[in-house]
Amino acid sequence: MNVPDPVIDVRGLNKRFGDKTVVDGLSLQVAKGEIHGFLGPNGSGKTTTIRMLCGLLTPDGGAGCCLGHDVLRESAAIKREVGYMTQRFSLWDDLSIEENLHFVGRMFGIAGRRRRVDQALDGLGLGGRRRQLAGTLSGGWKQRLALASCLLHEPRLLLLDEPTAGVDPKARRDFWEEIHRLSASGITVLVSTHYMDEAERCHRLSYLAYGRLLATGSAAEIVAAQRLSTWALAGEGVEHLADELRRLPGVEQVASFGVQLHVSGRDAVPLQAALEHFATGHGLRLEAAEPSLEDVFMHLMRGARDPLGQ
Amino acid sequence: MLATRWGSEAVAGFSLSRWLGILIKEFIQLRRDRLTFGMIVGIPILQLVLFGFAINSDPRHLPTAVVMAEPGPAARAYVAAMENSAYFDVLGRVDERAAEQALARGEVQFVVRFPPGFERDLVRGRPTTIAVEADATDPQATSGAIAVLNQLGAGLFAPDLPGPRLAANAPVELVVLRRYNPEGITAYNIVPGLLGVILTMTMVLMTGLAMTRERERGTFENLLATPATPLEVITGKLVPYVLIGLLQVTLVLLAARWIFQVPMLGSIPLLYGVVLIFILANLVLGITFSSIARNQLQAMQLTFFFFLPSMLLSGFMFPFRGMPEWAQAVGSLLPLTHFLVLVRGILLKASGVSLLWPSLWPILLFTVVVLAVGLRTFRRTLD
Repeated sequence: MNVPDPVIDVRGLNKRFGDKTVVDGLSLQVAKGEIHGFLGPNGSGKTTTIRMLCGLLTPDGGAGCCLGHDVLRESAAIKREVGYMTQRFSLWDDLSIEENLHFVGRMFGIAGRRRRVDQALDGLGLGGRRRQLAGTLSGGWKQRLALASCLLHEPRLLLLDEPTAGVDPKARRDFWEEIHRLSASGITVLVSTHYMDEAERCHRLSYLAYGRLLATGSAAEIVAAQRLSTWALAGEGVEHLADELRRLPGVEQVASFGVQLHVSGRDAVPLQAALEHFATGHGLRLEAAEPSLEDVFMHLMRGARDPLGQ
Repeated sequence: MLATRWGSEAVAGFSLSRWLGILIKEFIQLRRDRLTFGMIVGIPILQLVLFGFAINSDPRHLPTAVVMAEPGPAARAYVAAMENSAYFDVLGRVDERAAEQALARGEVQFVVRFPPGFERDLVRGRPTTIAVEADATDPQATSGAIAVLNQLGAGLFAPDLPGPRLAANAPVELVVLRRYNPEGITAYNIVPGLLGVILTMTMVLMTGLAMTRERERGTFENLLATPATPLEVITGKLVPYVLIGLLQVTLVLLAARWIFQVPMLGSIPLLYGVVLIFILANLVLGITFSSIARNQLQAMQLTFFFFLPSMLLSGFMFPFRGMPEWAQAVGSLLPLTHFLVLVRGILLKASGVSLLWPSLWPILLFTVVVLAVGLRTFRRTLD
């Protein structure tokens, strides 16, 4: 698959820690101005991939470019044009908001640093609290400060590693508004997340498990490509029947959604037959449902076997 | 609240299985923490070896230079007796100038001078002298040997002993000159030494923590994501500590001058120059420790592991020449050992650069080697 005007274009990236392969032959293309969601269970290699893209880790294999610079050899050039927001808050707790921004500004050698920092502080609405220590900020404010600090040097690419973990819904929504504004102005964003609502806000998605890329495309494309059939079951006592349902032929997964159970499987015909029989037997209502992105991801993860054995 | 609840339940509800659970968890964690475990085993062994074998507060085999105007049997017999006492290792006969320099450099602890006409005077029964100059910067290192010297003369020239035929009761006077610290004031030795000890402790520890703190808090990843280079990071982190070190030195020197009345005979700018080199050696070591250590605790443990031999083997606490050769060899690797010679040389002996050079280059070499290791272990990436 080829993407026009790719900002990230890597093929066959590999990374091992000891004898453990963390990223295994990963290829990724992200177009300019795109918001690309990076999804997958914990330990699937999302953070490692992001770190390889911005030169914090050296790939053991593979090749490619990030912003037109070679990921293996030109990490210094990449660092200058990438804004990387770490998973954990990594600004200096014992520096004030203002001092943190000035430090980052100096590291990147920003021209007109004073003005840029003042602008960033105004943009954050933190002008009045500029002397407050960064460590005393709440989670949401830390996240906003971290984003502002990685935008200071006007990067062309943003790499955001689970930026909204532990942040309240209002702050998350504001954050995504900002991401879309940045994307509209031509900045490319690669963002990893565990939230399905955030995944749906991305232009395109990549799903990783065990270091391998399992699916890529828009949310709708990924859902369609898996050809998953999903049925919703509702009725008296349905919540106690999940284990029984899992034993039915054709059932791959059962998930609770409030008073409903979502039952999914790949083989639509035997699944429907089995479910209709089951529903009548237990006096439940059965209706066809759209498979959600989450259903599809669960299905993908079940299909991918852990290469480390189990 | 919590405390009172703990108190009231402390005895009443003691559960053996809970207690065992805590015990087992503690042992498992201890076993996983390799470095701490190494320290638990390593420090007693290190202390045992150092205190048991290396340290000797009554040093023997002190290097001695002999200046002999006219070699003769009596002088030779005296020198042989000195060697037999095991307190003196005679390095050979040298001329006046070489002896003076060796003493100033600290290469010899004693210079023994036999005056011209020594043999003749002895045979004729005329009064004569043996002049002994001792490097008394460390009074502890010379006192034992000087006591032996006093007994030596009395017995050797007694008429009933075999050897050269001497006049009865030849009056040989032993003149001992304690150079650099004639009154044997311990503070003259300890206070300049403390300068080095304080710098070693604070410089290595503070820089050791500087880098591991970044790594522990996660801010190191942010720093690595910027275009900053290892050299920029390392040197940028060092400079504030250089200034702190110089401030400490100034405080100690002021105290030495005005409280302990330590003489300052040499050049103070030269002293600061030497101090600067020593500070750099320690800072570079601290940075290297912090590249090796994974967290602040490990950095502190490594510092302590370095500090212990520095205190004991450098000649600060116990005379350097009192140690067996292997311990002296280990001590020679430590910057503090050479720094002590340098500081005492400048303050008490007014030594200049040329006299100091033999003690200066080992510190420079140490700095360069450790810096090379540090730059190699400094990780530009998170690999």
